[in-house]
Amino acid sequence: MTVTELVSYEDALASYDPVMGLEVHVELGTKTKMFCGCATTLGADPNAQTCPTCLGLPGALPVVNAVGVESAIRIGLALNCEIAEWCRFARKNYFYPDMPKNFQTSQYDEPIAFNGYLDVQLADGEIFRVGIERAHMEEDTGKSTHVGGATGRIHGASHSLLDYNRAGIPLIEIVTRPIEGAGARAPEVARAYVAELRELIRALGVSEARMEMGQLRCDVNLSLRPHGREAFGTRSETKNVNSLRSVERAVRFEVQRHAAVLDAGGTIVQETRHFHEENGTTTSGRVKEEAEDYRYFPEPDLVPVAPSREWVEELRAGLPELPLARRNRLREEWGISAHEMQSVLNAGAVELIVATVEAGAEPAAARKWWMGELARRANEQGVELAALPITPARVARVTALVAEGALNDKLARQAIEGVLAGEGDPDAVVEKRGLRIVSDEGALGKAVDEAIEANAAVADKVRAGKVAAAGALVGAVMKATRGQADAARARQLILERLGVAE
Amino acid sequence: MADLIRLTAAELAAEIAAGSVSSVEVTEAHLARVEAVDEKVHAFLHVDREGALAQARAVDERRAAGERLGPLAGVPLALKDIFTTEGVPTTVGSKILQGWIPPYDATVTRRLKEAGVVILGKTNMDEFAMGSSTENSAFGPTGNPWDLTRVPGGSGGGSAASLASFQAPLAIGTDTGGSIRQPAAVTGTVGVKPTYGGVSRYGMVAFSSSLDQGGPCARTVLDAALLHEVIAGHDPLDSTSIDAPVPDVVEAARNGSVAGLRIGVVREFRGEGYQAGVLQRFDESVALLRELGAEVVEVSCPSFDLALAAYYLIAPSECSSNLARFDAMRYGLRIGDDGTRSAEEVTSLTREAGFGPEVKRRVMLGTYALSSGYYDAYYGSAQKVRTLVARDFERAFADVHVLVSPTTPTTAFPIGERADDPMAMYRADLCTIPVNLAGNAAMSLPCGLAPEDGLPVGLQIIAPAMADDRLYRVGAAVEAAFQARWGHPIIEEVPAL
Repeated sequence: MTVTELVSYEDALASYDPVMGLEVHVELGTKTKMFCGCATTLGADPNAQTCPTCLGLPGALPVVNAVGVESAIRIGLALNCEIAEWCRFARKNYFYPDMPKNFQTSQYDEPIAFNGYLDVQLADGEIFRVGIERAHMEEDTGKSTHVGGATGRIHGASHSLLDYNRAGIPLIEIVTRPIEGAGARAPEVARAYVAELRELIRALGVSEARMEMGQLRCDVNLSLRPHGREAFGTRSETKNVNSLRSVERAVRFEVQRHAAVLDAGGTIVQETRHFHEENGTTTSGRVKEEAEDYRYFPEPDLVPVAPSREWVEELRAGLPELPLARRNRLREEWGISAHEMQSVLNAGAVELIVATVEAGAEPAAARKWWMGELARRANEQGVELAALPITPARVARVTALVAEGALNDKLARQAIEGVLAGEGDPDAVVEKRGLRIVSDEGALGKAVDEAIEANAAVADKVRAGKVAAAGALVGAVMKATRGQADAARARQLILERLGVAE
Repeated sequence: MADLIRLTAAELAAEIAAGSVSSVEVTEAHLARVEAVDEKVHAFLHVDREGALAQARAVDERRAAGERLGPLAGVPLALKDIFTTEGVPTTVGSKILQGWIPPYDATVTRRLKEAGVVILGKTNMDEFAMGSSTENSAFGPTGNPWDLTRVPGGSGGGSAASLASFQAPLAIGTDTGGSIRQPAAVTGTVGVKPTYGGVSRYGMVAFSSSLDQGGPCARTVLDAALLHEVIAGHDPLDSTSIDAPVPDVVEAARNGSVAGLRIGVVREFRGEGYQAGVLQRFDESVALLRELGAEVVEVSCPSFDLALAAYYLIAPSECSSNLARFDAMRYGLRIGDDGTRSAEEVTSLTREAGFGPEVKRRVMLGTYALSSGYYDAYYGSAQKVRTLVARDFERAFADVHVLVSPTTPTTAFPIGERADDPMAMYRADLCTIPVNLAGNAAMSLPCGLAPEDGLPVGLQIIAPAMADDRLYRVGAAVEAAFQARWGHPIIEEVPAL
C-alpha cells in the first residue's frame, strides 16, 4: 500500500491512541566475548578477533562469560526487575551468513531478569513509568559488508564480505511492556526512555552505550488504536533507530503513517521497517506474513545459570546511585528547575558539570560555561560536548579567574578559545594572549583621563548630573584597553574624576 | 617377541617402557597391518603415516632422555573421524566437510598427544554419527572383521573394526545412542560410554549435544580403562564437563570382582526382536555373575519402552540445530558459487549435495519437532520421557549396583539388509539408548559367539553416573571368568583376513 499523504500529528492524536514497545540492545563492554575468550576491542582487522567458538567451527563449544552474567544481573536490578533463580540459554535458529552457527545463543522463556520498570522524567518534570518485561542475555552477530551495489544494501551487490569480530560480543536485550497512556507525548516518552536507559547503563559502567557506535541499538514497535478501545492495533517494527532524535522522529512518523493508513480504511501490515535519518521517514522492509519460527529450544551446550540470592543481594548493594535520583539530587544542589536539568541531560553535560564543580567551580558558573559557550562550540563542530578538547578542571580554572576578577566574561571566552585551540591551560593562555583585566590603577587612570579628554562633551553632561552618560566614557575606556579593563572600576574612577556620585 | 599387533595396549606400553621395543617399531608394525588389510576392512578414512611416526619418534626420544612416560606412551590408536585434529582432515564421514583441515585439536586429541599415544589415523563412521552400521558414511561402508559382508555396527564401525582386525590396539569412539557399545558388541571388542560429562566434548563434532559422549574402545577391559583415564577429566572448554575427580577405573580394571554386588537384569530388554543366540549368551552371563558371587535380581524399567521414540525426537532436534553451521560460508564443501547465486542458494545447494539421506532425514525430523505448534507435542514430550527414564534408572540403582542386558538385540547383520528400513536400523540401539538419555555410564564386552551364526555377542553393564569404575570392576571379573572358560580371549577366534 502506498500512502501519499501523512495525517498531521495533531489529527492523528485526535483519533488514535499510540501504543509503543521498545526493544533496546546494549552491547556490553566486557573485555572478552560472551562465550569465548576473544577480545572485543573495536577497530581490529577483520576476523582478527575470532576463534573456533565464535567462528562456529565444527566441534567448538561455548563457555559463559561470568562478567556478562554479572552485568546482566546488575542491569536487571537497576531496572527494578526480579532476577531468575535458575534460567537457561536457548538457541534461536535461523540462517544468515553473518551468524556463524546459524543459531543465536540467546534466552527465550527464561530471561535472567523480568518484571521491572524504569522511571523517566519528561521535559516538564513529569515522571513516566515504563514497564520492563524482561532483560535477557544473548550474543551479537558478525557484520556483512555488501560490495558492488550502489547503496551498500545486499540488493545489487556482487558479493559480500564477512567480519566475525563482532560475532559473540555480549548483548543484553531489554524489552518494555506495551507503553500505553503516553498520548501525544509518545515520541517524547520514547526518547526519554532510551536516554534514561543510556544514562543507567553508563552509570552501571557495563557499557559506554554510544549509540553512534552501535553499542546501544533501538527497535521501535508502534501501533495505534482508536480512543477508547482496549485491544491493540497491528504494529510495525522499525529496526535500528540509532540516535535519540531518531527515536523521537521514528515514533512521530509512524504515528502519522499509521493514522493515514487507518483513516483511508486500510490495514496496517505487520512488518519490519527501516528508518531513514536523512528525512525522518520509514520504509517497508520484509513483510512478516507469518510469525518467523525460530524453533527455540534450551541450549544443550551450556549449563543453566543459577545466581545465588546472596550474590544477587551483593550486586544490589553495590549498585551506584541511579541516574534519575542523582539528577534530582544535583538539581537541588545546583538550584535549577527540572526543565533546566533536562536541557543539561540532553546536552550530555551532567558529568562534565559535576566534574567541574568537583574541581572547585560554582555550580552556576560551571553550568553557564558548559551549557553556553562550550555547547555552542560543540554544536558548531558537530561533536559531543565531552569530545571538546577541554577538561572540567580547566573550565573550573576559568571560572576561578573570573571569580577573582582577573577575567571578565569576554576575556574568559577568549581564554576558553585558547584552551580549545591547544594553547595550554587557562593560565598559560591568559599569559600568552595578555588577557588579564587591566586593574593597574596607573594604567587604568591614564585610560580614564584620556577618555574624559577625548569626550569632553560627554564629560560635561556627566558633570551636569547626567550620570547615565558615563556609560559612553566606560565604553571608550574598554575600547582603549581592548576590553581588558575592569569596567566597574573604570566607572568608579570616571565618576570620581568628574566629581559626581552615583 | 610375539607379533606386535596381537599384543594388548598394556603389554605394548610395558615393552616400550622397558625398551624392548620402540614406539616406532610398534607404530610401523601397525601401519604395515593397515597397509595389508584395510583395503578389505575399510576401517580408516585417513591414515596419518608421517604424523604417527613423528609422534612415535618423539616418545622414543623422551624415553631415551630418561623421561618417565605415561602408561600408554608410544601405543598406537585409531581416532574416530569426529574429533578435530590440527592439520589432519576431519570429515565426520560426510562430504560436507570436504577439504576442511581443522585449525585446532579436540581436547581428547590433545590429551592423547600429551599422553604420548600415537594417532595412526581417522576411522570411518556413519555420517555425523547417525547410524548403527557405518553404511551411512559418505565414503563407503566398513566390513566387520568377523565376516566382511556384515556391518561392524555404527556409528563407530571404523574404530571397532580397526581393533578386531588388529590394525590398532586402542581406538576412540563416541556414543550418542550406542555408537561405541553396539559396534563393540558386534565385533567382539570392549567399548565404554563414560558418564555424560566425563570426557570433554570440545572439538568433537556435535550430533546431539545432550547425548554425545566420547569414550574408549579396546580389546580388553584393562586397555579400555587405561585409555579412559587418559581422555577423561574436567575441561574448562566444555561447560557440561564434570568438575570432579575421575573414578579410579584402572584400579577397578586391575581388581575385577562381583562378590557381594547386587546386579539387576532389566526385564524390558528381551522379547520380540531379540535373537535367540544373543539371549542364550546373555543368560549364560547372568549365570556366570551368580557363580562369581553376585546377587542377581530382576528389575523393571517400564519407561524404557518409550526411550527409542524419545531419542528419535531429541537427537534429531538437536542435530537440526547443530548441523545448521554447515552452510558453505566458512569451511568445507561449497556448491554453486559461480557469481550468479545468492548466499542462500549456495547454502541450499551445498547442503543438498553435501549431506546424505540419513542426515537429511534427521535434520528434517528435528526441524519439524522443534517448530512452533509441534514443540510441546514432540520435543517437550520427549524431554518428559527422558525424565521418566532417568527416574527408572534412579529407582533401579537405589536397589542394585549395576544393571546388565544384552548390548544389542542381534549379532552383526549383513551390509545392505537394513539400509532401506530405518526403523529396523534404529532398533539396533534399543538397549543402549536409555543410558544416553539418562547420562549414565555403560560398557559392552564380549560374552561369547551366538551359536546360530558364530558372531560375537555383547554384554552390557550399566552403572550410575559418576560410578564408571563399577563397569570396569564387573567387566574385568566377567572377562577373566569367560577367558578362563574359553581358554583364550574371544577375539582370537576372529578369522584371518
